[in-house]
Amino acid sequence: MSVTSEAEAIRTTSAARPRARWTRNISAKIAALPMIATALVIFVGGTIWTVVYSFTDSKLLPRTRWVGLDQYERLWDTNRWVVSIENLFFYGVMSLIFTVVMGFILAVLMDQKIRYEDTFRTIMLYPFALSFIVTGLVWQWILNPQFGIQGVVRDMGWTSFTFDPLNNPQTVLYGLLIAGLWQGTGFVMCLMLAGLRGIDEDIWKATRVDGIPTWKTYVVVIIPMMRPVFITTLVIVASGIIRLYDLVVAMTSGGPGGNASQVPAMYVYDYMFQAQNLGQGFAASTMMLLSVLIVLIPWAYLEFGGKKHG
Amino acid sequence: MADVSVVSSASSAAMTGPRGAKPKRAMNPRNIMLYGILIVVCVYYLLPLWVMVMTSLKGMPEVRLGNIFSPPVEITFQPWVKAWSEACTGLNCDGLSRGFWNSVMITVPSVIVSIAIASVNGYALINWKFKGSDIFFTILIFGSFIPYQIMLYPIVILLREAGIYGTLWGLIVVHTIFGMPILTLLFRNYFSSIPEELFKAARVDGAGFWGIYFRIMLPMSLPIFVVALILQVTGIWNDFLFGVVFTKPDIYPMTVQLNNIVNSVQGVKEYNVNMAATVLTGLVPLIVYFVSGKLFVRGIAAGAVKG
Amino acid sequence: MKLSKMTALLAMSVAMPAAATELEVTHWWTSGGEAAAVAELAKAFDASGDKWVDGAIAGGGGTARPIMISRITGGDPMGATQFNHGQQALELVEAGLMLDLTDVAEANNWKEVVYPPSLLDACTVDGKIFCAPVNIHSPEWLWLSNKVYEDLGLPVPTNWDEFVASAPAVRDAGKLPLALGDQPWQSNLAFGAMQIAVAGLDAWKAVNVDKNMDVAAGPEYAKVFEAAAAARELAKGSAVQDWNQATNLVITDQAAGQIMGDWAQGEFQVANEVAGTDYTCLPGLGLNEYISTGGDAFYFPKLNDPDKEAAQKRLAAQLVSPDVQVAFNLKKGSLPIRGDIDLSAANDCMKKGLEILAGGNIVPSGDMVWSPDVQKQNEDLMVEFWKSDMPAADAHAKWVANLKTGL
Repeated sequence: MSVTSEAEAIRTTSAARPRARWTRNISAKIAALPMIATALVIFVGGTIWTVVYSFTDSKLLPRTRWVGLDQYERLWDTNRWVVSIENLFFYGVMSLIFTVVMGFILAVLMDQKIRYEDTFRTIMLYPFALSFIVTGLVWQWILNPQFGIQGVVRDMGWTSFTFDPLNNPQTVLYGLLIAGLWQGTGFVMCLMLAGLRGIDEDIWKATRVDGIPTWKTYVVVIIPMMRPVFITTLVIVASGIIRLYDLVVAMTSGGPGGNASQVPAMYVYDYMFQAQNLGQGFAASTMMLLSVLIVLIPWAYLEFGGKKHG
Repeated sequence: MADVSVVSSASSAAMTGPRGAKPKRAMNPRNIMLYGILIVVCVYYLLPLWVMVMTSLKGMPEVRLGNIFSPPVEITFQPWVKAWSEACTGLNCDGLSRGFWNSVMITVPSVIVSIAIASVNGYALINWKFKGSDIFFTILIFGSFIPYQIMLYPIVILLREAGIYGTLWGLIVVHTIFGMPILTLLFRNYFSSIPEELFKAARVDGAGFWGIYFRIMLPMSLPIFVVALILQVTGIWNDFLFGVVFTKPDIYPMTVQLNNIVNSVQGVKEYNVNMAATVLTGLVPLIVYFVSGKLFVRGIAAGAVKG
Repeated sequence: MKLSKMTALLAMSVAMPAAATELEVTHWWTSGGEAAAVAELAKAFDASGDKWVDGAIAGGGGTARPIMISRITGGDPMGATQFNHGQQALELVEAGLMLDLTDVAEANNWKEVVYPPSLLDACTVDGKIFCAPVNIHSPEWLWLSNKVYEDLGLPVPTNWDEFVASAPAVRDAGKLPLALGDQPWQSNLAFGAMQIAVAGLDAWKAVNVDKNMDVAAGPEYAKVFEAAAAARELAKGSAVQDWNQATNLVITDQAAGQIMGDWAQGEFQVANEVAGTDYTCLPGLGLNEYISTGGDAFYFPKLNDPDKEAAQKRLAAQLVSPDVQVAFNLKKGSLPIRGDIDLSAANDCMKKGLEILAGGNIVPSGDMVWSPDVQKQNEDLMVEFWKSDMPAADAHAKWVANLKTGL
């Protein structure tokens, strides 16, 4: 395919036969229009709009009364916001590590030619069908000190048993993690399992002939080969972490102790709508978008910067 | 956290075993270890479902007294009946049944439109690249990280200007937009795994953009369509925010009633009705999972492996 | 009676087309008692020949308001919508999105009948009236479990100071002195109730009405913060989320008291507890018997449809009419917005509230004097202050800074 030259022809409309090239590829361009429109109008447009209005003092309705960086100064002066960022960072790192490690290990276990694979897989995957609101409600209940695990163990005679993560500011993020991992690891396991299944049997045969231990094969050969799977997984898991909102609302509403499980998306939503301070909400949104960009730009560069597809 | 460390330490033991044909002896130490771990893991996954179903079959007195893990002493289906047809949302006391068909009406077209568009996107991105197509794709991926709540305001304004605010079409557009990043990623990866020779041969035969899409790509892509279907049915069926912001009460989805049932703050919380409502609302995505779980992994295998 | 006839007349005079007009009404009243109260409004509206289409959204104002605001700004508004009295809908009014109800108010003489007048002031923008107030809720109440004190052989406290003095004995008996839920607004509510009780009315007005920041930073308010810091010790160990779970601790005699709005009495009623024998309610925490007059009002977005507009005005008139006020507020457990009606069916605590209201010991609510932005910042501050060991002086300084963002 002469992709590049074609595209250049589109740009230089005065070229010799632009019309013919246009019509030759017109369907593809029309078909890509929804995507282009979404990317430009919604994601780029919406982002620019948000950034622009973060420099105003908009309250309930957007208005262009400029206040410079005031919203950002206030934002970083707010304890709740700073704690939210710290919480998200901690939860995000823990969640990424555990989801990927657990997902991969479970996938390896599932890949041992086991019986009842369908049953096991369905059991691990079904939580993904439930919303975070539901996940949060159920786990909140299981972790409830009176009715849940703690109460049951105490009823069995171990009266000093304490397991109450949600009411202790030190442990509440682990409580969220238990529920978050329950919902998400099954899906990651499927992604990983699919990746393992996609690896050629010959590679296994070759490593066995060479006498390389199985664990070493996984680390040195298989994991590098599964790079695309890991990228897909990271995109899906990381985007879910940044958007973390429903689970926290359903399980802790940001508490205990006021701030112990606050996350940025909650700050944004609360200030945009409950406090009716769009400017402040947009400033917080902008900071979130900025952090996404900082993570994504290096990735996009690695993914698309180097290689040229033909 | 305890079970995680068990899994990791024990699984390395499992991994040192042979990875090949099924061993002849079923009860060797390796297998006991392997199945032991899987069963422990399954307990973690099944526990919440068990609690939901058991609680939904108990009467309120038993719920208040008892151990949440124990099966009901006296089974009652009253909570299910109440959740389905009696629970009140403001003045309308017809439970979840009210929103069920609305949810179907919203989910079916939204799923179809969003998948159709995303699959064409993925196809164009791989086989009909044009300058900048990767940039648009990168922007899309970036978009998948934007919290929905942040985009609410710009979208309200856009839909208002387009004149489709408050209509079913408006909601379909919103679901299509927010489903696009991940779906496009999956379709793009999947189509890239289809041998390029097929595509080139079709081009030589004079097939065009749509001809290749419908005659070559579509018939080969059932697994990835299943994956997309599962993701979208789950996402759209479970959506509350868009359903309530972008529509009217006559077409509110089931999740609005679920929210009303579980979020009512005053009075005694009827945990059994909450749990029944929860299971009922999750039933459609759950069924989709159970029916198509096998295809799901196959589809993912094809869609995520080759980048 | 006379007024309801007038309403009917007005209704007839504007409703010549006579066909039933459907109006969608959004609100966040979804609990049992609340829904029964809304049913009264709907019944009255349907009985007058129109059709109330219910658009309830559960989860409280925080969930519902974004949806309502989105729909109004999105150009697909409902026929009528609930907001709290005050500044929540101010910008929607200023943007010209809300229907002017001045003619309805004049025809029904709202200026004379709505009591306290501050309610109508909260609906007024540039001399025009944009909302119909429907009820009054006051947050400054202390609820006590009589049984906890009987078991200890102590008299039931009659004010906040006695309550604090009795707290060590309660703690020693293994009970929780003060129940306080985890949600931010509950801490802010408790602090608000203590403001007027501890700092006194003059200081309260200087800060909240006249916005005098020197008083806010001054010694009267330092006392409030110290009192709150002492109160948070009493609340240590209350591990509940929702306000009604906290109320339930008082009902089941696990906790001695709770600071909560008058809506808490609904919980006591449901549990078949009797005011005076099972529980005690102290408005203004028993120190300064002042209550603030927050509550709910209905706003009517502009619809550009003469039939609907007429129906909106009929509904507005009806919401304020005496019959509807009585029926609605008895079910809701709130106080009516007019002083000229008979609520003899009210229970003891509600009657206490009515007396204070009639005596004029009332102040505007936080929603009326401060913007939602200031309110939210204070909620965030208060939950942190009440649930951690933040020094009182730090919280005080931050609080004053929060108020200044709303000047």
